[in-house]
Amino acid sequence: MKAVIPQSGKAILLAGCISAVLLLAAFEQPAVQVDASAAGPRTLEVQTRAAVVRDYLQAWKSLSGALQENRADLLDASFVGVARDKLADAIGEQQALGLKTQYRDVSHNLKIVFYSPEGLSIQLLDTVQYDLQIVDRDHEQATQHLSARYVAVLTPTEVRWKVRVFQAQPDTLESGQGK
Amino acid sequence: MKERTILLSVSIMAAAMQLAAAESGGLQVPRTVEAGSAFSITTSASSKAVLYIVSPLQVLRRDVEPGASVDIGSGALHNAGHYLALLVGPSSTEKAEFDVVAASQPASVSFLAKPSRLPVNLPEGISGVAYVFDVFRNLVLKPMPVSFKLSDSGTPQTRSVATRNGVAWVKMNSAPKAGAAQFQVSVGSVANKRVVQQVPGDPCNLRMSARRSGERVVVETEPVRDCSGNAVSDGTIVTFTQTYNGRSEATVDVPLKRDVARTELPAREGSVISVATGVVMGNEIRLGGR
Repeated sequence: MKAVIPQSGKAILLAGCISAVLLLAAFEQPAVQVDASAAGPRTLEVQTRAAVVRDYLQAWKSLSGALQENRADLLDASFVGVARDKLADAIGEQQALGLKTQYRDVSHNLKIVFYSPEGLSIQLLDTVQYDLQIVDRDHEQATQHLSARYVAVLTPTEVRWKVRVFQAQPDTLESGQGK
Repeated sequence: MKERTILLSVSIMAAAMQLAAAESGGLQVPRTVEAGSAFSITTSASSKAVLYIVSPLQVLRRDVEPGASVDIGSGALHNAGHYLALLVGPSSTEKAEFDVVAASQPASVSFLAKPSRLPVNLPEGISGVAYVFDVFRNLVLKPMPVSFKLSDSGTPQTRSVATRNGVAWVKMNSAPKAGAAQFQVSVGSVANKRVVQQVPGDPCNLRMSARRSGERVVVETEPVRDCSGNAVSDGTIVTFTQTYNGRSEATVDVPLKRDVARTELPAREGSVISVATGVVMGNEIRLGGR
């Protein structure tokens, strides 16, 4: 005996499926807070701010994919210069050791702290919560929840902002100009 | 002697506190380590285990014998960042977190100077941005004094600024005199240099003279200079216009050559010749002297 689903029922089922997929996708997105009140000396336009934040968050996705699959080419979309070199070296180390790591960013608290006078670099501080999973020769060793404060310097390229400097700093290390 | 003893005691206490802060179970790691420096990780592993030291920028893996400490050699961990140390044994897992910070000695400075060419006498027209890195290309986040110096044939401008989050910046005025200026940044013993070309500004005064040559009149400007007395660049367009009874008779665009612009126009009695360049108007000459 066949169950017959009316047209309206099919539509409801389809809408439900789509909602579920969207809901799951939403859960995958990290929570993001942005504070651009300290940005300067150049005026930070709303569009620039949105583009920088979008591209920085995308950089975390690129980083995650590259370290998870041990593929340095996945970095190219979001990283250049020193940051790209260092991440690619880390991927080389992982390959040599038979390791893979997975970074899943849970939340970002972004503070844009510097936009250079000529508009060629922008610096942000990111207090990020993330899960780190270590896999050694296909055996998951552990998953840890971590928090760190990253300093990132982004520079404009043809179509997007790319991360040129990317490093974490201890919470205690922040002072200097203008203070 | 007493002061030294107190200082030593304080240092030992501080080191002990740092060690204790990063300690988790039997895994003892210094809370902060300078990039590239050697350090030890103490474990209480009762059987063979594997130690992972992981950040996005560097990964290490060490086999650990029971009860042994792990020595991380000089230069082994050189990328600044937040690291997870994870000791995985057959029956237990221990973890600790620590930070690797940039070496305090700057080794290079990345210098962005803009623009490379600008008019003279422009207040805050030149910007310089310096990022300070250590020998391992880590951004040095500890505040450091950075010196900016813009020097041409006149008195150099010097500014000292402390870095914040590894970056320092300034804005400087272009000089009154045209020519190449050296824009230098230095931090510690490290320096970097850019050349900024300061070109004359817009013309300031424009005067011409005329002399008859048969049926024609030759008009020629005096040397065209900016408000600081610099000769305006050759190639700058000067426009001569001849009108008669308010109607335009001829317009000639002439590029400056060796500071002057020169052309010939019909010597029509009663016509008026005017000269202009950019937004500057020069004098007028009426032919026939009326």
